[in-house]
Amino acid sequence: MFAYIVRRLGLSVLLLVVAMLATFLLHHALPGDPAAAVLGKQYTAESAHEIRERLGLNDPLPEQFVRYVGDVMRGDLGRSHVSNELVTEELERVLPATIELGVAALILATIVGIGLGVLTAVRPRSWWDVAGLTAALAGVSLPIFWLGFLALQAFGEGGTLATMTGLHGLPLGGRFSPAAYKLSQWVADTPGATGFLLFDTLFVARDPEVFWHVAKHLLLPAVVLASVPMAVIARITRASMGEALLQDYVRTARAKGLPPRRVVLKHALRNAAIPIATSIGTQLGYLLGGAVLTETIFQWPGMGTYVVQAILNLDVKPLQACVLVIAVGFVFVNLVVDVSYAFLDPRVGTPGGGS
Amino acid sequence: MNRVLPWLWAFLGHHRPALVGTLLVVLVTLTAVIGPFAVAHSPDDVFARFASPGAEHRLGTDSQGYDIFTRMVFGARTTLLIALTAMSMSLVLGSLVGAVAGFVGGRTDLLVMRVVDVAMSFPSFLLAMVTVAVLGTELENVIVAVGLVGAPMFARQVRAEVLRVVSADFVMAARSLGLAAPRVLFVHVLPNSLGPIIVLGTLGMGSAILDVAGLNFLGLGGDPFRVPEWGLILTQGWNKRPDANLQVAVAGLAIFVTVLGFNLLGDGLKDELDPRTRRR
Repeated sequence: MFAYIVRRLGLSVLLLVVAMLATFLLHHALPGDPAAAVLGKQYTAESAHEIRERLGLNDPLPEQFVRYVGDVMRGDLGRSHVSNELVTEELERVLPATIELGVAALILATIVGIGLGVLTAVRPRSWWDVAGLTAALAGVSLPIFWLGFLALQAFGEGGTLATMTGLHGLPLGGRFSPAAYKLSQWVADTPGATGFLLFDTLFVARDPEVFWHVAKHLLLPAVVLASVPMAVIARITRASMGEALLQDYVRTARAKGLPPRRVVLKHALRNAAIPIATSIGTQLGYLLGGAVLTETIFQWPGMGTYVVQAILNLDVKPLQACVLVIAVGFVFVNLVVDVSYAFLDPRVGTPGGGS
Repeated sequence: MNRVLPWLWAFLGHHRPALVGTLLVVLVTLTAVIGPFAVAHSPDDVFARFASPGAEHRLGTDSQGYDIFTRMVFGARTTLLIALTAMSMSLVLGSLVGAVAGFVGGRTDLLVMRVVDVAMSFPSFLLAMVTVAVLGTELENVIVAVGLVGAPMFARQVRAEVLRVVSADFVMAARSLGLAAPRVLFVHVLPNSLGPIIVLGTLGMGSAILDVAGLNFLGLGGDPFRVPEWGLILTQGWNKRPDANLQVAVAGLAIFVTVLGFNLLGDGLKDELDPRTRRR
């Protein structure tokens, strides 16, 4: 097991180097001349050459790469040439927004997805099963930005359902309403504030009213973002639960008179857990892709909207930084997942037990 | 063909979801092929802006004064063509890489599959976004990006199939006859792994439509004045909400129904062709 973990760590380091190399090359692969971007209208061949010299763009590539790695290690991710702000500072603002949205969506997707999957597996070919399967299939076929639009039309302020029920409806976008609360300023000024607004309002400011305000803003985007992972988790749960329920140990458990609920939740679900856990892990990828679209619909000031702006403006440093952050996040999550398998399933990482 | 049609008939007869999927796909394909000849207007005809739905304009007109119904019908054609191009690219590229890796084996296989693993572990939509950023925000590059991002899945599946088939007696026979490796691969090995490729291709159409629409929604699809695909029609409506809400609803519904059709059909084919997932 120890050897396995060491080997896995080595692979992670290798992947990180590959990620650095890829983001470094990204800089050179992007169209547009960085010098021209800096100079704008004052472009002359001489000053462009001077800027390239100053940015180190005339040095040999390996030398530039070593310098890039050094910069990243020191936490220097450069400046956006559009806002002229430090990328690390901008990331500090946008990352918590995306993580908060993603984690909320993942928790929602896991709970509802597993629930739906178990429910459909227990009563195969019933009305429940058909409805669950239909919902799961619809979930993976929906354009997520269209789902967001429909959700806003129905539940948003002035939306159809909101008007019908006479309720106020949910906010149309953003993490909070700047007119009501100046939360960005508050986060920047308050020591101990993390930028995770649910956490901050509940534990740092201890203001339930603001917490409720923030939670209401989070609700629709999180539900919309959760739709696809929820559908996938539900389908996997149904498949692996269906298989587990046919096993002998389930029959034995039933035969010895255990209550059905206990048989399903304790005996079957536990044994169906590994494929479900794997599917939750792989959903993180979809979650990040979906987050970009969800953030765009709900004007969520997170990394998704930040990346899109960087691409549209050909803003190299933020784009490079975002790809690097995502890659590092992935390497880390995969490492944690693989190592936790080694603990969950003793066969992993031993000779003859697969890698 | 003589064997395929009866098989298809029997399959659709007993697999109801796949039948629904087939009907949806056929419906959209027919719209794309003959629809453009059957509509009254051209997608470039300009009328009054934001006209309400009625006899003249079944779904009204958009912010530029284009007839939405006409654009949706023409959009079926562009949407399917774009997705088909991207998916074919994934299919050809991925299958080739996977087949060669599985057939050659050894270090090549190890290296190629590591690259595939890394590519698949990274969020595919983000990968497509970055690819478009590198190539430039143009429709052609969106197609290339979606095609590239879809390829690893084919590579992995085809490699697994090739590994399964390569030790079969008929391949051994072909090899011992002294046939050249490419011939053994293309004539004897690949045709026998066609089933999973068809399944992935069908499901791939759905995800290609969604990915292209998503990239367009983010504004990465370039020139907005070309004959639109549905993702762009949706986006243009979204940018003019709430006046163009109907446009968003209709375009999204069309995308949803089409993707659902391909997914139903693909899942059905998977049930039928893969004995492991055959329904209990």
